[in-house]
Amino acid sequence: MTVINSSQKETLRKVLRAIRPYRVYLIGSILLAAVTVVLTLYIPILIGQAVDHIAAPGRVSFDKLKPILLRGGIIIVITAAAQWVMNICNNRLTYNIVRDVRRDAFRKIGVLPLSYIDAHPTGEIVSRVIADADQFADGLLMGFTQLFTGVLTIIGTLGFMLSVNWLITIVVVVITPISLFVAAFIAKRTFTMFRLQSETRGEQTALIDEMIGGQKVVQAFGHEKAAISRFAEVNERLRRYSLRATFFSSLTNPATRFVNSLVYAGVGVVGAFSALRGLLTIGQLSAFLSYANQYTKPFNEISGVVTELQNALACAARLFELIEEEPQTPDADPAEALGSVDENGVRRAEGRVEIENVSFSYVPEQRLIENFNLKVAPGQRVAIVGPTGCGKTTMINLLMRFYDPQKGAIYVDGTDVQKATRKDLRSQYGMVLQETWLKAGTIRENIVFGKPDATEDEMIAAAKASHADSFIRRLPQGYDTVIGEEGGGLSQGQKQLLCITRLMLALPPMLILDEATSSIDTRTEIRIQRAFAKMMQGRTSFIVAHRLSTIQEADIILVMRDGRIVEQGDHESLLKRGGFYAELYNSQFALGRTDA
Amino acid sequence: MKKLIVYLKEYKLESILGPLFKLLEASFDLIVPLVMAAIIDKGIAAGDKSMIFKMGGVLVALALVGMICAFTAQYFSAKAAVGFSSKVRHALFSHIQELSYADQDHTGTATFITRLTSDINQIQNGLNLALRLLLRSPFIVFGAMVMAFTVNARAALIFVVTIPLLSVVVFGVMLVSIPLFRKVQSALDDVLGITRENLTGSRVIRAFNKEAAEAEDFDTKNETLWNLQLYVGRISAIMSPVTYVIINAATLVLLWSGAIKVDRGILTQGQVIALVNYMSQILIELVKLANLIIQINKALACANRVQAVLDIEPSQTFGTLGENTTVLPAGAFSLTPDTVVAFQHACLTYPGAGAEALTDINLRVMKGQTIGIIGGTGSGKTSVINMIPRFYDATDGEVRVEEQPVQYYLKEALRAKIGLVPQKAQLFQGTIRENLLWGNPDASEEALQKALEISQAKEFVDQKEGGLDAVVEQNGRNLSGGQRQRLTIARALVRQPEILILDDSASALDFATDAKLRQALEHLDPKPTTFIVSQRTSSIMHADQILVLDDGAQVGLGTHEELLEKCEVYKEIYYSQFPKKEEVGA
Repeated sequence: MTVINSSQKETLRKVLRAIRPYRVYLIGSILLAAVTVVLTLYIPILIGQAVDHIAAPGRVSFDKLKPILLRGGIIIVITAAAQWVMNICNNRLTYNIVRDVRRDAFRKIGVLPLSYIDAHPTGEIVSRVIADADQFADGLLMGFTQLFTGVLTIIGTLGFMLSVNWLITIVVVVITPISLFVAAFIAKRTFTMFRLQSETRGEQTALIDEMIGGQKVVQAFGHEKAAISRFAEVNERLRRYSLRATFFSSLTNPATRFVNSLVYAGVGVVGAFSALRGLLTIGQLSAFLSYANQYTKPFNEISGVVTELQNALACAARLFELIEEEPQTPDADPAEALGSVDENGVRRAEGRVEIENVSFSYVPEQRLIENFNLKVAPGQRVAIVGPTGCGKTTMINLLMRFYDPQKGAIYVDGTDVQKATRKDLRSQYGMVLQETWLKAGTIRENIVFGKPDATEDEMIAAAKASHADSFIRRLPQGYDTVIGEEGGGLSQGQKQLLCITRLMLALPPMLILDEATSSIDTRTEIRIQRAFAKMMQGRTSFIVAHRLSTIQEADIILVMRDGRIVEQGDHESLLKRGGFYAELYNSQFALGRTDA
Repeated sequence: MKKLIVYLKEYKLESILGPLFKLLEASFDLIVPLVMAAIIDKGIAAGDKSMIFKMGGVLVALALVGMICAFTAQYFSAKAAVGFSSKVRHALFSHIQELSYADQDHTGTATFITRLTSDINQIQNGLNLALRLLLRSPFIVFGAMVMAFTVNARAALIFVVTIPLLSVVVFGVMLVSIPLFRKVQSALDDVLGITRENLTGSRVIRAFNKEAAEAEDFDTKNETLWNLQLYVGRISAIMSPVTYVIINAATLVLLWSGAIKVDRGILTQGQVIALVNYMSQILIELVKLANLIIQINKALACANRVQAVLDIEPSQTFGTLGENTTVLPAGAFSLTPDTVVAFQHACLTYPGAGAEALTDINLRVMKGQTIGIIGGTGSGKTSVINMIPRFYDATDGEVRVEEQPVQYYLKEALRAKIGLVPQKAQLFQGTIRENLLWGNPDASEEALQKALEISQAKEFVDQKEGGLDAVVEQNGRNLSGGQRQRLTIARALVRQPEILILDDSASALDFATDAKLRQALEHLDPKPTTFIVSQRTSSIMHADQILVLDDGAQVGLGTHEELLEKCEVYKEIYYSQFPKKEEVGA
């Protein structure tokens, strides 16, 4: 058995803290488990006593038998009741804790810094919240109960056995560990085979993934036969490893059962001799035999439980790591107000943005933005241009406070945004990103996402303004059509139109728009363009610009390259400068691509 | 299921021997209580020490033989199960290779992958368990009852009552909880869904300040799951206490009636103990059986799903026209000899779709021509080019390649003529060289280099460590989108195809590279007949013919100048990309 190390101890402490509110169930479960084990072990003794009163014809004492059977009946009912309540305690304990940790984890997701979310694959975090939480609760709590009952059963059995006959007890104690050795021996041998099996299985899955995923290319290039022969090779290897792993691992059960049978035979023979010498009654022998049958079982289980517990602890560690992850820096308290209250009682900024001496990088080794200054007057348009992958989203990250700069400050209407609440800041901005994110739910729910109290008319007006109304109406259930996760079922262009509608309805004083419309046909693009233009009227806007017209009309152009801002100015002055912007512009123009 | 059984035929012997040896082992298990009864009744009562030793020896011998039988059984079962699933996997993989694009669309890639991996693994486990235990557990349950009958028929009647009672409880709880477990699973899926959503949409959610609302939504889903779990838990919590009561109550009854029979001299003490032992064997095996049935049910469901894929008949048949055979074209229209591709009233309706994806396409392409195809998203551009290699068949009208209807060709012969660069730049695990050789396994080093040069990939390939032998990871994920795209172009060029199809293949390239690529393609010798699909007029405006599509209909065919004059849709597309002076900023 492995000793628990310090980090596991730390995890264990956190687990105990999570259990604390439900300690009643835990204590109940432990007590009832103890009751169940002791009573369960008592039954064979009772049966043994009963058997002793059924010795031979004429030597059956019904008077003594009756109370024993009656007692047995009562104990059976108590045991069953204890078992039942224990099961319920265990369920409550497990499910309550899973519910709690999931809730904590989800709350944490809401306040995690974006840097954490960006750096961790979605699937990994999801698996912590879902799979790890289950594994932790099932493995740790059930494993614990199993371990507890197992150990208790062993101790109890030994106790009962010793109280009756020490010689047979020794026989049992000596033979039993063999089964542990056998199990460990086989496990060690099969480990390599399991590793080979899972490696090969992984290899095959990767091949399947690739070939079936690229099936159309496979067929286009007549590569079917080659694919099959590659598959057959891996498949044959997998068959061989799989056979070995399956076969050898399935030896454990018969082998430990054999040891069990040895114990049984040993108890039978030694017991019989003791009985001959009058040291043991027949009934006691039968009790011993039934102990011998169940005594080795907890041993076999415990070795499995220990691995399970270790695994569960690892899951718990991952889960708590997420729950305890450092959240984003808290909002300033007291926070400064941003903008002024309008006639409807809504706080609205004028849209004056000043960036002062801002330095920012994602990783310290790679400096990106340094001492950046920018003044944007209310209503101005700022175009962000540059080749793909040049880090245009960095600007969005800073403006929305998804990331905070390492140095300098950003002011909106003269208020340092780090001194205002994120909520206040973000409600001043409307954002449409290239990656269209929609919620699983109805179209309606998605549109009113930013303004849940919008009226039907307001919603339809917004949809008309963004040219989305006509396609929504043509959907099977109109505004109540359910769309799947990630907007499944809609085309890219339709999703983008919905994102714009969502913004149209809320319509905050400042805008952040990503123009990228590469997967949309040009006619839809024009519609989206018109929707954008309508929104930008009188609003300070930051646009990741792809179209010449947008760029030319912008008041300020930020030219980015390799994550840095390399130039800044208006179209004319930048062209005159003959720098990177001029190069970029000329290369596109010369090739007749004005829609870059 | 029936179709899958075929693959077990080769392992007929193993499939019989496995369960057989398992039954043998079980029979030895069943003898043990009788041996013990003999020790008690004959050995102890008569004080016969040698008898006790002998019986002890019998016990050990039974255990040893039982273990050997079990080992043998495990081996045969494992061999049959693993071998079977390996055969099924191979058959399934090969079968999928035969399926047409339409068949694949209908089922979906994700489905194929699940069937090939986790479904077949489930089947393997299920079969292995079934071979070992499906016969064993009922055999022990009924065996114990039969043995009880051999001891004493009257006493065995208690078994006759107990077994059905236990079965009702065990299988009843199982039956009730299985559908509930499914509900729990779907509640868990909801929780998973919203968690994933909040991660993928973290920016939007925060931008709209919806964190709290999302948390509330999550709580509702989380509580629903919790409630369901507790409900199911309450039901399954019943099983073990109730069965415990039944089996032990039966034991008490057995002891009481045993006492009466011993008193009358009908039974011995040892026989009572044997009966009690048989009783305790029943419960363990019934619980095992219940779990086993759950497992086998799952495996059967998987087997049916796998079977359903195997049942898909490839929806296309191919002709025999290869390189050496000639078949005179049949059909109502004739073509000039240098026509490479012809569409005649070609229509396409995708399986299951309500409307035609393409309507009445007519096109004649001469050797060496460049054809541009333009139109909005969903206008059917890719559908047109997909009909040339017969990825999809015209549902009406006809498509010909080199005068012959495409259906006349051998699959390999037809596709060997065509070099396709699909929209999605898909590469495969291996080296760059291996990927390029997909185009033509016999291509020379020189041909590969040439292809890299034309596709503008040479520079970055040369910079890679190992050059052509640089490693390409799964799906080419260690390359950028633009690099992948250029390599897929090179792969098509390695074929030296007669027909080259570029399906929106320059989308990830920067403008300069795109222009260089188009120039290089222009100067290929011999110049393949080239189809260029694009949404950008700039990519196709210099083509010999431009096909304009709108909602699946052919709305224009001609040169750039002709179309600008008379094709409304083309004009609209063109001016959306090259704004007329007065429209700038509209």
